[in-house]
Amino acid sequence: MLISRRGVLAASASLAGLALLPMAVRAQDAAAAPVQTADEMIAEFTGGADVTEGDAVKLTAPEIAENGNTVPISVEAAGASEILLIAAENPTPGVAKFSFGPLAAKQAAATRIRLAKTQDVVAIAKLADGSFVRTAANVKVTIGGCGG
Amino acid sequence: MSSRREFLQAGLATSAILAGLGISNWSRAIAQQTLTQDQLLQFDDFGNLTLIHVTDVHAHLRPVWYREPDTNIGVGEAAGRVPHVVGHAFQKMFGIAPGSPEAYALTYPEFETLAKTYGRMGGFDRIATIVKAIRGARPNSILLDGGDTWHGSYTSLKTMGEDMVRVQNLLGVEAMSSHWEFTFGTERVKELIEKCNFPFLGANIYDAEWDEPAFEPYKIYDKGGLSVGVIGQAFPYLPIANPKWLFPEYSFGIREERMQEVVDELRSQNVDLVVCLSHNGFDVDHKMAGRVKGIDVILSGHTHDAVPEPVLVGETIIIASGSHGKFVSRVDLDVQDGRMMGFRHKLIPVFSDVIAPDAEMSSLIEEIRAPFKADLETVVGQTDRLLYRRGNFNGTWDDVICDGILKERDAEIALSPGVRWGASVLPGNITREDIHSVTSMTYGQCYRTEMTGETLKTVMEDVADNIFNKDPYYQQGGDMVRVGGLAYTIDPNAQMGSRITNLRLLKNDALIDPSHSYVVGGWASVNEGTEGPQIWDVVEEHIRKSDGALAPTKTSNISIKGL
Repeated sequence: MLISRRGVLAASASLAGLALLPMAVRAQDAAAAPVQTADEMIAEFTGGADVTEGDAVKLTAPEIAENGNTVPISVEAAGASEILLIAAENPTPGVAKFSFGPLAAKQAAATRIRLAKTQDVVAIAKLADGSFVRTAANVKVTIGGCGG
Repeated sequence: MSSRREFLQAGLATSAILAGLGISNWSRAIAQQTLTQDQLLQFDDFGNLTLIHVTDVHAHLRPVWYREPDTNIGVGEAAGRVPHVVGHAFQKMFGIAPGSPEAYALTYPEFETLAKTYGRMGGFDRIATIVKAIRGARPNSILLDGGDTWHGSYTSLKTMGEDMVRVQNLLGVEAMSSHWEFTFGTERVKELIEKCNFPFLGANIYDAEWDEPAFEPYKIYDKGGLSVGVIGQAFPYLPIANPKWLFPEYSFGIREERMQEVVDELRSQNVDLVVCLSHNGFDVDHKMAGRVKGIDVILSGHTHDAVPEPVLVGETIIIASGSHGKFVSRVDLDVQDGRMMGFRHKLIPVFSDVIAPDAEMSSLIEEIRAPFKADLETVVGQTDRLLYRRGNFNGTWDDVICDGILKERDAEIALSPGVRWGASVLPGNITREDIHSVTSMTYGQCYRTEMTGETLKTVMEDVADNIFNKDPYYQQGGDMVRVGGLAYTIDPNAQMGSRITNLRLLKNDALIDPSHSYVVGGWASVNEGTEGPQIWDVVEEHIRKSDGALAPTKTSNISIKGL
C-alpha cells in the first residue's frame, strides 16, 4: 500500500504544521541595489578559492521543467557547511544559500525555484575541509505541445 | 569481463537465428497461402520464465493497416542505430527480403502493394489467441502492457477508455504503465484504475504539490518460485507534451535517481529479476539502461518502434514491440540465482489473416462496437491514394488534415501535432472510424488564432528541439509538428534556435516576416479553454466537400539538410 503525505494529511483532522528543516535559508535580498552577477556571487562565496567540479555535491533537477515558475530542485553534499544555489541566466541569479549547523543530520535541502529560461542551475558546496566543489544541471524551459 | 554479459550476447545470437523474424521460408510460405498460425507462434521454449509485451495499441481493437516510417532521423549517438534505421537499410540490417511479410510488417517500401498481399495486422482477438498460446506453453509468464492503450479510437473516446479496460481485463493484463491515459483527466484515470484487475504502475508519477510518489511504483510477481519485480515508468513529459490542466495533481519526469532507488529496493528484497515496463521512448530507455544499474529487461514503449532483436546495453536488454497491435513480443528468460543468464526473443507479427481470432475476445469487441456501429461504418468519402502519418515530417494523412484546417478554418497556416498514432488508409473508402483513428482525443478543438512570424518560428524550433536534441533525456518522442501552407528547411543537428531556416509561406513563396501576424489554425492545443469545432468534424467536413475521390495536396515543402 502506498502511503502519501497528501493522504495522511487529508485523513488527519488537525494539522500541527510541518516540522522545520535543520537549516537556515537565506533568500537573496532582491531589493538590494545592483544585482550581483553569478561570477561575483561565486567569488564572494568562495573568497577566491579554487572550485573543482565533482560529485561531492549532488544536484537533482528535472531535465525539462513542467512549470518554469516552480521548478523542484534539491541539493545534497555530505559534511558541507554551506551550499550556494545559482540560476545564472535569471535576471537575479541568486537563488539561495543554505547553511548547515553542526547538528544538521543531513546536509541536504530542497526548494522550488523560478527559471526565466533554459539554463544551467549551479550548486557550489563548501565542504567540511573548507574546499569548494561545484556541479550543474541543465534545466530546459519549453513551451511544450506535441508528444506522441 | 563478465561471463554473464557473454551469456547474454550468446542469447542475442540465438535470438537472431532461431527466434527472430529472419525466417526466409516465410515469404514463400505466405505466397503459397501456407503460412500458418503455428509458424508465426513457433518458438523453442527456453529458460524458466516468459515475458509477454504489448504496447501503444492506441485503442485499436481491430486489425489495421499501419505504414512504418520513411524518415526517422537519429541524432548524436543514436544516428544510424535502431530504431533510426528505416526502409531498405532496415531490411538490410536484419536480413529481410524486400517484398517479404517481414518487410511489410517492419518497413515502408511497397507498403500499398504488400498491404493488399498480406492484409491487416493486429486486433485484440488475434492478440488474445497469441497470449493464450504462449500461456499454454509457458505457465510461468507475465503479460505486460506498456500503456497508450486507453486512447486513440472512436469507441475509446465515447466510452472514456472503459472499452479498453474491459479488453485488458479479459486479456489478462498483469500490469500497465501510461501516457495518453492521463488525457482523460485525473478523476477518470482513478475511476478506470478501480475497474482494472491489475496494477497501474508508475514509479515516476509524483504528487505535484508534495513531491512524493503518487502511484504504486512496482509489483512483485511470484512465478513458479521466481520472484519478479516489475517497475512501471510513465511517459516522463506528460505535463509538457499534453495538457497539464487535465491532471494538475501529478508531476512526472525521467527521475533517473528514483528509478535507481526503486531498482535497489527490489534488489534488497531479493527479487530474481527486475523488469522495467517503460513508456520513456526508445532513445531515453537506451540512455537509462546505461546509467541505472540492475535492470535486467526494459520493455520499451512510446516511440512505436518495432525492433526485431533485443538491444543489449551493458547487462540490460531492451525490447521494443511496435504499436497499434501489430506485434506481440515473447521473451523467454533463463533466471538462475537472482540473475538473468540468457534469453530468447521473438517479435511476433500479428498477421490478422493468419492468426485465428479468439472467440471470446471477438464477441467482447463486437459488444463494445455495437452501439456505435452506424457511426463507425459511415463512409465519409474516398481517397485515391494511401493515407499514412508516421514519419518525422508530414505524411499524406497530415496533408489531408492540414488542408482541411486551412480551408474549413480559413487560415493561412495550419499546425497539426506530430503524434505517431493513427492507422493508415488504403485507396478507397474513408470511414468516420478512420478519421477518429488519426484525430481522437479529449482536447481536439480546432482553434483559429493569430500568430506573429516570430512566435511561429519559436514554436517550430521548440518542437524540433524536443525531437532532435542530442541528449535523449531532453527528447519527448513524437515527430515534427505537421504544417500546412508552409515551406522550410531543417537541420536536425543544429542547435536549438537555428534548426529552422528559410521559413516561407507556400502560397506566395514569401519569407515569413517575424513581425507580421498570420492567421493560424491548429488543434490539440495544451492550453485550457481552447475554442473551436472538434478536429474530426473539421476533417470530415473537408473530406465530404471533396469532389469525388480525395487527392491530397501537399500542404508543406520541407527540406532536410546536414545529414
